Amino acid sequence: MFRDIGKMVLLFWRAACSLPQVWQQRRKVFEQLFEIGNASLFMACLLSLFIGGVMALQIGPTMDERGLQRFVGGMVGLAICKELGPVMMAVLIAGRIGSAITAEIGSMRVYQEIDALRTMNIDPVHYLVLPRLAAIMVALPLLVIFAVLVGWMGGALVSVYNPDIRVTFALYWNNLGDLVGFGDLAHGLIKSIAFAVVIGTVACHQGLQTIGGPRGVGRSVTKSVVNAIVLILVLDYVLTRVMIHL
Amino acid sequence: MMSALATNGHGPPVELRGLHKGFAGRPVLHGIDLKVEPGEIFVIMGPSGSGKSVLLKHVIGLEKPDAGEVLVGGESMAAEAALDRHRMAMVFQSGALLNSLTVAENVGLYLAEHRLKSQDDIDQIVTEKLLLVGLAGEGEKIPAELSGGMKKRVAIARALVMEPELLLYDEPTSELDPLMAATVGREIVNLKQRQHVTSIVVSHDRDLAFGIADRVAIMREGRILCVGTPAEVRRSGDARVKEFLEVSFKKDNTQETS
Repeated sequence: MFRDIGKMVLLFWRAACSLPQVWQQRRKVFEQLFEIGNASLFMACLLSLFIGGVMALQIGPTMDERGLQRFVGGMVGLAICKELGPVMMAVLIAGRIGSAITAEIGSMRVYQEIDALRTMNIDPVHYLVLPRLAAIMVALPLLVIFAVLVGWMGGALVSVYNPDIRVTFALYWNNLGDLVGFGDLAHGLIKSIAFAVVIGTVACHQGLQTIGGPRGVGRSVTKSVVNAIVLILVLDYVLTRVMIHL
Repeated sequence: MMSALATNGHGPPVELRGLHKGFAGRPVLHGIDLKVEPGEIFVIMGPSGSGKSVLLKHVIGLEKPDAGEVLVGGESMAAEAALDRHRMAMVFQSGALLNSLTVAENVGLYLAEHRLKSQDDIDQIVTEKLLLVGLAGEGEKIPAELSGGMKKRVAIARALVMEPELLLYDEPTSELDPLMAATVGREIVNLKQRQHVTSIVVSHDRDLAFGIADRVAIMREGRILCVGTPAEVRRSGDARVKEFLEVSFKKDNTQETS
């Protein structure tokens, strides 16, 4: 495991070093961005809407019983933008995009396409890893912004139309505006960039390590998704702990 | 970054010294010593599983030896950026085309990624090379639409685009019909004559091997059994070499008549 983490850090470092050349790979970055958007936007929307709704449903009636219903908007808003938005989107992208990246690079490895690149003196990190990593690092924060907005909307709908939570749209949004600041949104965005690095690096690393034919590709994909989700949750705690003191 | 595309001198010499390699504790190469002269066509023959392809991968740096070293142009392939010093290409047995790219993009990939030519020049070179391997007009297809033989020809075109100094072929005529196999053989010889490319060819194809080779090595179970000119190898007294060179399928007439 530690060897794997070491290799991933090294892979990320090599990709980061070639970041100044990302403009040369812009066509591939845009292709990846399109893939990510196309594959994830609808799911992100649906997921966020229900996450926001469930949050409101869970905390709304309890707060209402104690006469604290005016804080529902702020509570839902904070939970979604600082925690649920970034984490849920990262898990979604790890499952949908990370797995696809691992499968694609893994197949390329199995069918000697990566060997062919090396014989042409084309660095697989520059050609394959960099555009994918760059695209995820751009796409995930954008998806998180989108998810946060839709999640807030989901929370508002449930808060207003659920009879157990006596809140109006105006009260919900006013409280959300009072409690959620730019710093809270930045908190979520910083997390999402860190998660993007984890997803991209883990997915590409597992793809490049693939051996053993189609079964090996399947094994790598499973490992990629599981490792990415575990690392996201661990990193989430660490980042939250650090950012609380900032 | 590599030097300019035009090659005036001979291809580099290749030397293998005491090359050992094993996978999961199973030895594949047992101390291979070989020397390939500059501009030579050197053919390595041997039964399947004898370590020929593994040996080829060591030459281009895709595998690292457990012991011994590979010298290309007198410089170790273990050195940093060894591929920067000599332009090398390899034609893989499977073709190893990038499945997400079209045939034309595959062939022009080296020039495009290293920004060696304008897009118009790349398109022209790609068209020429595809014509050379008998695939004119197939540039917009994707590899999944090609037969095994066509993939192999695209791989050869992709290698030719690099105008390499050292060209490695892993079974270049497998899956090709005899006419196309002869074309590939002629192109290997032409490259030597035009650009003095050093070529190392791994093949089972005895016609190809003895037709194009300056020297032939016979390999078995990770060891070189004999090296020499085609005539010298044919005269070899080693029973294993004779067996490999002379074995042929004979129809059992007694079975047919019974």
